[in-house]
Order: sequence, then structure tokens, then C-alpha cells
Amino acid sequence: MNAAFKRSILLLGLLTLGAGCAPTTTSTTTESPAATEASPAASPAASAPGISTDGDVIIASSLPMTGSSLGQTQTIVNGIQLALDEVNSTVCDGKLKVGFQTYDDATAAAGKWDPAQVTSNSNKIVADPKIVAVVGTFNSGAAKLAIPIFNQGDLVMVSPANTYPGLTKPGTGEANEPDTYYPNNKRNYARVVPADDLQGVMAANWTKSLGAQKVYILDDQELYGKGIATVYEETAKEIGLEVLGREGINAKAPDYRALMNKIKDLEPDLIYFGGITQNNAGQLIKDMRNVGMTDVKFMGPDGIFEQALVDAAGKDAEGVYATFGGVPPKELTGRGKEWYDAYKAKFNSEPEAYAAYGFEAAQVVLKAIGEVCEPDRDAIREAVLATKDFPGLLGTWSFDENGDTTSTTMSGNVVKDGKWAFAETLEAK
Amino acid sequence: MKPWQKNVLYIVVIYFILLLGPIAGLDIPRIIQDIVQSPSLLFTQILVGLINGAIIAIIALGYTLVYGIIELINFAHGDLYMLGGFAALTVMGMFGMEDGAPLGTAILPMLVALLVSAGMCAGLNVVTERYAYRPLRNAPRLAPLISAIGVSFIFQNLGLFWGGLRSFIPIMGNTAAAPKSFPDLLPRTDIFQALGIETKIDFTVKDLTVLVVAVGLMVGLNLFVQRTPAGKAMRAVAQNREAAKIVGINVDQIIVLTFLIGGALAGAAGLLVGLYNNTIVFTMGFTAGLRAFTAAVLGGIGNITGAMLGGVLIGLLSALSDQYLSSRWTDAWVFGVLVLILVFRPSGLLGENLQEKV
Repeated sequence: MNAAFKRSILLLGLLTLGAGCAPTTTSTTTESPAATEASPAASPAASAPGISTDGDVIIASSLPMTGSSLGQTQTIVNGIQLALDEVNSTVCDGKLKVGFQTYDDATAAAGKWDPAQVTSNSNKIVADPKIVAVVGTFNSGAAKLAIPIFNQGDLVMVSPANTYPGLTKPGTGEANEPDTYYPNNKRNYARVVPADDLQGVMAANWTKSLGAQKVYILDDQELYGKGIATVYEETAKEIGLEVLGREGINAKAPDYRALMNKIKDLEPDLIYFGGITQNNAGQLIKDMRNVGMTDVKFMGPDGIFEQALVDAAGKDAEGVYATFGGVPPKELTGRGKEWYDAYKAKFNSEPEAYAAYGFEAAQVVLKAIGEVCEPDRDAIREAVLATKDFPGLLGTWSFDENGDTTSTTMSGNVVKDGKWAFAETLEAK
Repeated sequence: MKPWQKNVLYIVVIYFILLLGPIAGLDIPRIIQDIVQSPSLLFTQILVGLINGAIIAIIALGYTLVYGIIELINFAHGDLYMLGGFAALTVMGMFGMEDGAPLGTAILPMLVALLVSAGMCAGLNVVTERYAYRPLRNAPRLAPLISAIGVSFIFQNLGLFWGGLRSFIPIMGNTAAAPKSFPDLLPRTDIFQALGIETKIDFTVKDLTVLVVAVGLMVGLNLFVQRTPAGKAMRAVAQNREAAKIVGINVDQIIVLTFLIGGALAGAAGLLVGLYNNTIVFTMGFTAGLRAFTAAVLGGIGNITGAMLGGVLIGLLSALSDQYLSSRWTDAWVFGVLVLILVFRPSGLLGENLQEKV
């Protein structure tokens, strides 16, 4: 065998390995590996007793139900089910029966949401005439792909968790945002959580009130993480914090020791990470402690506000801060408290941060369907966006002209004894 | 390559570095200034690079050994190493190890974990060879390559499944696909400080342990291949399988031995990474495998010293790039250097002699 042939084999090998990146994330369907997940993901369309997947009209959810987001998304689905239970799965005095279907936009190979999966699910959803509204998505990047597809079919989507500002607010993201997501010039998207332009601002303010002066900012180079880190950076400079540097991390790197050594040399008081747990936040925290930054604070957005982060970072997660665009279920009062008790009674588990928003989003959708009383997508879309003075779990709020909630209550949280604990309420200024 | 072609190549390369370098953080005056300002940081980063490089090198050895003997690029090797990490974590869970357990009680579990993960990976690698590669030994060369990719997928899903066994192994945490926290057992005590030397260089007991074990494994392997009869037989099979058969070497046995050693090294690397980085996840085999394979190619695939050299180079390069260039561009720099070296030395740094592959 000659040398040239050997070389070409080698080159082929390199190419295969390089290209192998793509197929791993796209070609694997959710079915087989999902079976190894916790049981709820194994049967995507199965719901609690009493909730049917079929009806006169159907609400669909599009959430990542495979991978470590499952802890969050399962409680969102539970929240939606609670909302359906409240009205006994019917609207318009029993005239319309409402079904509920869950779609999984994650793949096991990716371990988180997967663009190809989002697109194929969205096309399936929009092609089903019975589906009149969608509750989703969980990740802002997924919303970017899903909204335009639903827009073509006048299908409304209410997100319990997307916080990237550019999805709705002109002038906060790229120049062509948000119009690029609404090709037929009608808005079909609303969200019940405050967006990152608020969360980033509040995180910076909170940083200051925690006594930190010098900050280093990291992001995971995704839409959500980069956006929120940018808002944080701008605000930090405005309110007089010293920004030592800004860097994007490679989410697939095996470790961040070198990066953390570099940061340590600059002696920050706090490291802010704009990103999600699934992009290696746990490793970042471990390596930060590994290189000896034991008393430096670490703060992140709601993307790390989940038990999976504590599982990944272990003991080193103690004292990590996270802002959350709302109030944790346990801290809710009044109507929220009643809801919290009902949730615990039904599912016998603690709701994660976004469960209340899943409930809220589903309620908004059900109310709109109840007003229209017909499987008419366009009318329901209008009814959802026209929601005003809605008596929600966090108080009364409305959708503004962009489809954003007018509620601005947020919370600061900290890891204590291996669990996220509520630290204080942050109000927008 | 004709001289003028080489010159054109040089110009193209310089052009790209000048053009794209600054975007990716190549700002030479600033870098020099940084180094002069705090030379100790440079040393710290070199240490980080060395240790990471040593771990990459151990995995790279698995690629290079197998390639040397049967000219197969064993794509499943990175995922085998990931399974080694899971085996080690399982052992830690059985011993009830937690973060910061005293070193005295942690030594036994660490040794058991080393034996279990190395043993399991060695066994798994041999089984893979027997059922996935051996039947294809005389098939066209792409067939075993694709078989290896298939095995890699099987291993990954095995890792995902293993991570979901929290009812049997509570240490696996709540979600199958989430990164797992690996108990932090090696003390983070600064050696220089403990010796009373005031430096700004960070070098902990943990760093030292990992480095010593990694270097020990590599030296041991080298001695084995160079000094023992079995090692001699391995070299002979690598040189010429038919001739080795003629002089009475059991080729099948030698190939099994190679997979055994490669697997054991992968298992040991899995444990080391767990102890060093303190997080494992079922997808970590892919990135690690990519880096290790690159290291093997960089050093000249089939060449043991080359794999070690390549691993250390990649470790150093990524640590220094994180510090002085831009962590966003680290992978681009690492693979850029790989392309550069392959352009000028197509058979890798030490891979000149294609006849002698081990």
C-alpha cells in the first residue's frame, strides 16, 4: 500500500471526524435514546389522567423534553395540565373540548434543543388544523426558528420562558429584528416572562448591591446568553462597575482552567456568565474554584437557575447567584400560593422555576379560545395578543403592543446547601 | 513539492495569518506586554497546558497504537474514555465518596476506580475488536472505519443510559444527559506555598498527582513496547504482519493485546479527567476524541512518542490561546496549527518513517 493512499485515508478520517459533528446533533431522532430518560419523556404525548391528546381544538407545547432541561420543562407541562384541569379541558360552556399535545424539540445526541428538530416539529404543528395555539418554546434560539413557521399559518405561540429581547422589541437586537420573524406582518407571538433587557439590567444592579466592583463577563455565544451578557455589560458600565473583560467560551471545551487563570490574574469580585447550564456552566464554576478563586462570586441569568446546575457543579455551586425573570413558585403569594399548593398536591413534587409561567401561558391561551369559541387560528391569535388586565399568579398584567408582559417583578436567587434558595425580590427601576 | 510551490504556500499562509490573526486575537505587542507584565501567569498556563496535554496524550496513545498495528482509526476510542469516567464515578458512588473527603479515605476508592475503569475499558475494547473489527479485517478499509463510528454511537448511548441509572447509582444525579459532578478528592493545596516559597505560580497537589500518573503511564507504555518480548512482537506486527506470522508470532493475540492496552489507558484517562476536571458528561468523549485524534495525527499517527508530543502540544496551544489570544478562537487556532503542520509535514511531526509505525 503506498504512502499517498495512506494519506488520503487519513484525510478522509479527519474529514469524517470533523463532519461527524453535524450528524450527531441532527440525525438522531428522539425516540430511541429518550427511552433511557426519566419516564415522562419516554411517552411524549402522554398526559395526566383526564387530559386527552385529542379534542375539538388542540393546544400544543414545544419544549425540550430530552436532556437536562427536562427538570424544567416537565414542570411547565405539569403547569399547563393544571390550567386545563381547572376548566375541565373544555371551554365555551362545554362546547369545545380542548386537547393537549407535547412536542419535544430536543434530541438526545444534542442533549438540548436542536434546530432541525424545532423546524420539523413546527412544520408538523402548523400542518395540523386542529392545533390553534402553541405554548413554547423554552429556548429563545428555538423561538427564532419556530415563530416564522407559525406566522405563515396565523398560529399564535405564547412562551413561558423565552427572554431574548429581539424576539419582540424593536431596537434591542439585530437591525432586522423583530420584523424578520413575522413575514406576513402580523404578530403571532407573546410571552408571559419579562425579557432579558430587564433581566440583564437587574443583574447588574444586583451585582452592585452585593458589593462587587470589578466584574468579568463571559457568554456561551448563543442568542440568549450573548444577548443578556451584552445588556449586563452596558448596564454595568452605566452604573459604574468596572468591566475587566468580556469573552465568549467554547461550550464544548473539556475544561476552562486556562481561561479562569487569566481571569484570576485580573482579580475580579464577580464573574457574570450569560448562558445556560447545558453549555458547560457547571464546568466553568468548578474550574473557577479549581484555580483558587474561592471568594469570587459567580452570577448567571435564569438559564442556570435549575437543579441541573447544582448537580453538575456539586459543592462548588454553593453561593452561585442567579437572576430569574419572575418569582420562584415557592415565594408566590395570594393566588400564586394557592396554585403552588394545588401543584404540590397533584404532582407530589416541587415545581421548578418556570412551572407557574407554563400555567399562566396556558391560561391566557384558554381564555382566548373561550372568547372566540371556534377553531379559528387568526381570531384566537388576535384574542391572545389583546389580553389586558389579566389576573395572573404574579398580579395583574397585560400584553403590551409587542406581546411582552407588563409584569416586571424579578427575583435574585442563590445556591444554599445544594439547592436554589430565594434571596430577594428585584424590582425594575 | 517543488521549491516554488513551497514559496507560494508560505506566502498564502503568512497572508492568512496577517489577515485573520488579529480577528482571532493575534496582537503581538499586547501579548509580549502581557508576558513581561506577569511571567508567572505564563508559567501557570504552561502547567495547565502540560497537564491537559498529558491527558490528551494518554487518549491519543489509544488511537496511535491501534492505527500502528491494524491501520484502523478507532473512532470509538473517545467514547470508551467517557465510559471509563462513568465507571470511575460509579465506584466513587459505591464507596460513598463526596467532595472534599479526606485523602486518607479516598486513596483506596481511587485505586479501585483505576482498576475497575481501566479493566472495564480494556475488556470492552477487546470485545469490540473481536466482534466489530476482526470480522472485517480483510474487508475494504472503509468498512471497519464505519463499524468504528457505529461502535462510537453505541458507547455514547450506553453512557446516556448509564447516567440515567440514578435509582441504582444515586451519584449520577437527577437527569441522564446532564453533566455529573465528580467528587473532588485530590487536595487543592498549593505546593509552592506549602513549601514556603512565595510565587504567583499555581501548582496544586491535584495538578502534581495527575501529571505524575499520566507521565508514569506513558513511560510505562514506552518501556513495555521497547523492552519486553511482547512489545517487540507488537513492533514486529506493526512493521509487517505477514513476516511476523512467519517467525511464529501469534498476530491475533498481539492485536488483542494492543486493544487491551489502549482500552486500559482510556479507562485510566477517564478516571484522571474525573479527578482533575470534576465533571463528566456522556458527550465528552466526542470532543476529547477529536483532540486526541488530532494529537495523534499531529505527532505522526502510529508513532508513540509522536502521540505524546502531539498531545502536549495541543494542550499547551489551547491553554496559551485561552490566555493570550481569545478563548472564542481556541479551537480555530488548534486546528489551524494542525492544518499548517500537515501542509508542511504530511505525515506528522515524527511520522517520517512510514515503514516503522509503532
